Amino acid sequence: MPDQTKVVRFEEIALPHLNAAYNLARWLVHDDNEAEDIVQESYLRAFKFFGGYYGGDSRSWLLTIVRNTCYTWLQQNRILRLAEPIDDKLDEVGVDESDPETLLLQSVDAQMVRQALQALPVEFREVVVLREMEDLSYKEIANVVDIPIGTVMSRLKRGRARLHALLTKRTGKEASIAVRRNA
Amino acid sequence: MRCDETPDLIHGYLDGELGLVKSMEVEKHLRDCDACTQTHEAIRSVQSAAGHNGVRFDPPANLEKRLRSALHRENEPERKSFVVRWRWIVALTSLLIVIVVGWSITANFIRSSESELLAQEIVSSHVRSLMADHLTDVPSSDQHTVKPWFDGKLDFSPPVKDLSQQGFRLNGGRLDYISHRPVAALVYQRRQHSINVFVWPATGAPIINESVFSTHGYNVIRWSNGGMAYWVVSDLNLDELRQFVQLLQEQSQTTS
Repeated sequence: MPDQTKVVRFEEIALPHLNAAYNLARWLVHDDNEAEDIVQESYLRAFKFFGGYYGGDSRSWLLTIVRNTCYTWLQQNRILRLAEPIDDKLDEVGVDESDPETLLLQSVDAQMVRQALQALPVEFREVVVLREMEDLSYKEIANVVDIPIGTVMSRLKRGRARLHALLTKRTGKEASIAVRRNA
Repeated sequence: MRCDETPDLIHGYLDGELGLVKSMEVEKHLRDCDACTQTHEAIRSVQSAAGHNGVRFDPPANLEKRLRSALHRENEPERKSFVVRWRWIVALTSLLIVIVVGWSITANFIRSSESELLAQEIVSSHVRSLMADHLTDVPSSDQHTVKPWFDGKLDFSPPVKDLSQQGFRLNGGRLDYISHRPVAALVYQRRQHSINVFVWPATGAPIINESVFSTHGYNVIRWSNGGMAYWVVSDLNLDELRQFVQLLQEQSQTTS
């Protein structure tokens, strides 16, 4: 039965990306059950359009569908807030040389990192998740988020800077939030 | 390499996005510049914090199973085709209703227009018989003279009744040609009004109910009875013509 082989082929291609799909959805909608539903909806949608998939980067293809489904959900639930204007200077990652403890972020616990990452505007959050957790290249991120590579780079830079700032703040090293102003 | 352009490069360097030459330039600069080294360490610490395994969310164990069954359910042809089939049934039923209603309307229209045409033909024949002074081939008021006259001239024997006592005198009979066949025409008279009664074997479903047409000042009444189709035409008023028709029907019932 050709229909049966279609499902099997789709499962072979799409199910290996289930962890990445769920992680992205969970980070974007911030809810376990919603993330599950969105992943299922995304997979069914992907299966529907599977006829239009002719090989290539199946992970980017699937993650694009997951991201779009998440954004639709966010818009429907009016949760989507665009990033507020940011002072670029504050988004440079830097450290105060006098306080080596700010480097010890490895020691902060995972829960704290989660809270800090969740506090990021969604535009920054998604590029950080795709880069740091899913190990996507700039080009792959650009494809999934549908933005130019230059925008990927600037969002990633800003996202990391904010995350660094939040984490140093939470580790009680407020005085050491290092903002390096390029001379 | 200048320090103010280095941070962007450090991100790219740590993300493995720089080519070999640029990477070596960055490494060389980091060896010489403490400030950029600090930045490098800060970015690396954010990377390792966010990339820590405990930070990402893993899907619940049953999600893959749930997805597989959802996919197979989606792929089941029965469910789909049931909906499709149901849609087809509705569509075909609607189409059938349209065809049946349309056909019956058209058929009615054609049938009635056929009758109208026949009525016109009857009237024309009646008028012609009066104009050409050829009202009768066998002038006789005796039904026993008129009826046998048709024998051998037609492939049927028309019922001939004398209604003189009721005020409708039989004047005689005539051969005529209506609707592409020879028919019997019986001629009656009421005062100065001639009445033509056309008779031929009925075809198709018997028309029990009378139909009445009025055209060009003539009244036409049709009915069928005992396998015969009757068309009566006259310039007599409709009430008296109806009375005549009723008498004719009663007579044929009592004798047959």
